[in-house]
Amino acid sequence: MQNPVRKISFYVALFLFTLFAVFPALWGVITVFKKSSDLYTPTANPFLYHPGPTLSHLTFLFTSTSFMTFALNSVIIGACVVAITLVLSVPAAYALARLSGSWGERSGMALFLVYLIPPTLLFLPMYQVVTFVGLADSIWGLVVVYPTITVPFCTWLLLGFFKSIPGDLDEAAMIDGCSRFGAFMKIALPLALPGIGACIVFAFSLQLSDYIYAATFITSTGSMPISVGVPTELIRGDVFFWQSLMAADVIVAIPLALGYGLLFDKLVSGFQSAETSATHA
Amino acid sequence: MAVLRVENVRKQFGKLAAVDGVNIETKEGELFALLGSSGSGKTTLMRMIAGLEQPTSGDILINGQSVVGVSPQHRNVAMVFQSYALYPHMSVRENILFPLKSRNVPKEKWDEKLQWAISILGIEALLERRPTKLSGGEKQRVALARALVRDPELFLFDEPLSALDAQVRNIARAELRDLQKRTGITTVYVTHDQVEALGLADRLAVMSKGRISQIGTPKEMYETPANLFVASFIGNPPMNLIARGERVLGVRPEHLMLQRDKPQGSEGVTLSLRILLVEFMGSEYLVYGREEQGEHQGQIVARLPQTGSAVPAHGEMMEFFAPKEFVQYFDKNSGDRLP
Amino acid sequence: MTGDSASKPVHFVDQDRRLGWAMLSPALLYIAGFIGVPFVLAILLSFSNATVGDPRITHLVGLANYVDLMDQPVFMTALKNSILITFLTLVVLLVLATILSELLAIEFRFKKLVQTLIILPWAMPVSLATIAWLWLLDSQFSPVDWMMTQIGILGPGGVLGPARHLYYLGRDVLAIASIVTVNVWRLLPLATVIVLAGRLSIPQDRFDQAKIDGAGFFRVLFRITVPALMPVLTVAILFTALVVFGDMATVALLTRGGPGHASQVLPYWAFLKGIQGGDLAGGAAVALFMLPILLVVAILALRIAYRSQEA
Repeated sequence: MQNPVRKISFYVALFLFTLFAVFPALWGVITVFKKSSDLYTPTANPFLYHPGPTLSHLTFLFTSTSFMTFALNSVIIGACVVAITLVLSVPAAYALARLSGSWGERSGMALFLVYLIPPTLLFLPMYQVVTFVGLADSIWGLVVVYPTITVPFCTWLLLGFFKSIPGDLDEAAMIDGCSRFGAFMKIALPLALPGIGACIVFAFSLQLSDYIYAATFITSTGSMPISVGVPTELIRGDVFFWQSLMAADVIVAIPLALGYGLLFDKLVSGFQSAETSATHA
Repeated sequence: MAVLRVENVRKQFGKLAAVDGVNIETKEGELFALLGSSGSGKTTLMRMIAGLEQPTSGDILINGQSVVGVSPQHRNVAMVFQSYALYPHMSVRENILFPLKSRNVPKEKWDEKLQWAISILGIEALLERRPTKLSGGEKQRVALARALVRDPELFLFDEPLSALDAQVRNIARAELRDLQKRTGITTVYVTHDQVEALGLADRLAVMSKGRISQIGTPKEMYETPANLFVASFIGNPPMNLIARGERVLGVRPEHLMLQRDKPQGSEGVTLSLRILLVEFMGSEYLVYGREEQGEHQGQIVARLPQTGSAVPAHGEMMEFFAPKEFVQYFDKNSGDRLP
Repeated sequence: MTGDSASKPVHFVDQDRRLGWAMLSPALLYIAGFIGVPFVLAILLSFSNATVGDPRITHLVGLANYVDLMDQPVFMTALKNSILITFLTLVVLLVLATILSELLAIEFRFKKLVQTLIILPWAMPVSLATIAWLWLLDSQFSPVDWMMTQIGILGPGGVLGPARHLYYLGRDVLAIASIVTVNVWRLLPLATVIVLAGRLSIPQDRFDQAKIDGAGFFRVLFRITVPALMPVLTVAILFTALVVFGDMATVALLTRGGPGHASQVLPYWAFLKGIQGGDLAGGAAVALFMLPILLVVAILALRIAYRSQEA
C-alpha cells in the first residue's frame, strides 16, 4: 500500500467500522456511572459527566437485582449446552466425513436446511413439549432445547474440519492396529481440536443470544438466563434502569469480546476449513 | 509357503471393475512390484491386501489364512503410504511406538523394538522431532521405521518414492532395496515408474485396466513381453512397435544397428529409415527415424554406441538391421506375443 | 492376530457403516425429536383451534386459521416487512462484510485490538444490545441525535431540518431502517468472519496477476474477489437470511412492532398472537407462513452455490 490516498482511506474506513461496532458499548460504559439527573437532561453531553460519576447504579445491579443469578444461570446453561453439542456434533461430523460415503461428505449444505425451521416457528409447540416433560420454567428446559440451534451449525463446521484431515492418517492408524473408532479417538479427534475450539465459542454465543425460548419458557426470575432476566428485572413497565442495564450489558460483553477477539484468527481458520470442503465437495 | 496369495480377486465399483480377476502368489522374502499407470487397479489391489477395501469376489490369503472380511487392525500387514501418513501431533518416537501400543505389545518390549527399528534406518537423532519438521527423506525413513517395528508378515509400499526429489530418489531406492533384503520381509511394491519396478523387484506384475498383463522377473518382462501393452510400457525409450500387416514387429532400440555394422552371416530384419533427429546422450546416440514406404507411420528409435562407425545425419536414408533373436512379433488384434 | 479364529471376522465395510450410523444417530434422533416433533405439532396446531386456555389439539378446523390471516391487514404488513427487512439487512450486511474483510485481509498494527473491538457486537447478548440501541435511538435522549446537532446536521439551521431529533423508532420508514441498522450491527462480526475466511482462501497469485495487469482497487474487488467469494457469500446469505427472517428479539425490544404495526414482522406477531393474545392456533399459523418463504430463499441460495461450484 504505497499510495497515500489509499492508505488514508484504509485507515478512515477501518476507523469508521470500528466506531460503528464499538459505539454502543462505548456509550454503555460511560453511562454506567452517570447520575440519572445527568442522563435525563436532553441537552447534556452524553459522553461527559455533569455532575460527576457515581457507582450507585453498578451497586444497584449487584445488590438489588438477581443479576448474579442470571449470570450463573447463563454460565450453567452455556456449559451444559456446549457439552451436549459437542457430544452430539463431533461423532456425527466424523461419521459424515468418513463413514458415510460420498453422500455424507456432501451433506454439508443439507445441515443448514434444519435452520429453515427457526425457533420462532417452533417455540409454541416446543413450549408444550417442554411442559409435557416437566421442564418448563426451569433452566433444564433450555438446556435440553438449545442444542437444536447449535448442533446443525457445529456439525457443519466440524464436517469441514474432519474433511480437511487426510484420510491416510485414519487408514495408517487402522493398519497400525486401531479399530476405526480407535483411529477416531487417537488421531482424528486430537487433530480436530482447533475446530472443536471454534465450536465451543460458537455454541456458547449462539445459546447466549436466544431470546424467544427463554422468554416463552421461563417465568420465575430465579431460572432466567441473562438475555431474559436483565430486561425483565431492569425494565419495570415503562421505567428503564438504563445505567444498570448498561452495566449488565458491558459486564457480559467485555470478557466475551476479549475471548472472541483473542480467538479471532482461530475462528477464521476454522471457517476456512469448513468452507473449503463445502465448496470442494 | 507363499506369504501372500491373491485368488481371482475382483473389485467392482458400480459398473466399473477396478480389479478384474487377479491372481498372484508371492515367494517368501521377495520384493514383488505391481506396475501400472493410474487406473490400472494396482492401488485398489493393494488396498484390498491391506484391508482398506474388501474384494467383491475372490480370496486373499496371508500365510494361508483367508483375510477377506478381516479389518486391517487384525491383519499383520504394514503399509507405507505415498504421503507417509505420519501423525502430525505426535513426535517421531510416538509415531514409531504407536503400532506397538495399538497392538498391545507388552511395554517391556517397546524399547528393544524401537532401538532396532531406528538403528536400521539411522534416525536416532530425529526421535523427538515432529513430522512437520522433517525433510522428505527423513519422513520416509520414519514411515519405514514405523512399519518395521511391528515385525509384520507383509510389507506394502504405495509409491513411496514419488514424493521425493529426483536426486534423493535414487539413493532412497537403493536404501529401500537394501533394507528389504536385510529384513527379508515379503514386500508388495506399487509404482507407475517402470524404471523403479525393474530396478527393485524380484518379480513384477504389469497391470492394465484391472487385469494382469504379465508376471515375471524384470529380465523376462524386458526381453519377452507377453503382449503389446507390456512391450510398450517397459523400457525407456520403449520398444519399437512397427506395423507389419496382421502382425506387429517389436524390436528394442538397442538391438538396432547400422546395416553396415551387421555381423557376417547374421539373419534378421532390415529397416529403411529417413533420419529425423540424432540425439547425443553422452554414452550413446539416440537416432529417430521414420519408414518412408510401408504402413507404419510412427517414429522408430535406435540406440547406437558412441564408438563405432560414423553417425547418420539428418535427412539421410539409412539402413538398419536387427538380428533375428531380438525381433518379436505380436498379433495386431489381440496384442499377444506370437511364438 | 491374523486368523483369529475365535472371533468371526465381521465384514469390514459393514463395521464401518454400522459405526457410522452409531455415531450419527444421537444427533439425528435429537434433531428428529426436538425439531421434527414440535414441527409436526406446529402444523397440527395451525389446523386446530387451540388457545392458551385450552391448548389441546382437539378440533381440526382445516385452513380456517390461514384464511383468517388473509383478512387481517397486519398480516400483509408483517409479511411485507419480514421480507423487506431481511432483504435490506442482507444487502447492507454483505456489502459491509465484504469491505471489512478486505480491510482485515491486510496486516497492520493494532490488528488484534481492532479485531476485538469489531467483534464486540457479537459478544453482546442480543436483547441487551438491542436495549442499548433503544436509548441510542431515543426520541428525546439519543446520543446520535446529540452528536448530529453538534456538528450541524440537526437542530436550527441543520441540514436535516430544524428539529433536534429524528424519531427513529416513531416513524414508519425510520423504524424499519432502525431495525435494519441494529440487525446489521449485530451480525457484522459473524458475517465478516465468514467472508474473511473465504477471502483468505483466494490464492494470492490472482491478486498478483491483477496488480501486474494494473487493476485498481474496485476492479480487483468486483472482478476477482467477489466472484471467488460467491460460494462463501452464499453460505453467508443463507445463514443470515434464515437468522434475520426468523428473529423476533430485535423487533420485540426495539419497536414492539410499532409505530402501530408499521414495523411488525411475522415471528413477533406470531408471538404476540400466541402468547399474549392466547390464540395458539392463530400464532402457529402465522409462524408457519415463514416456512415457504424460507424454503424459497434456501433453494435460491443453494442454486447459486451449486452454480458457482461448477464454475
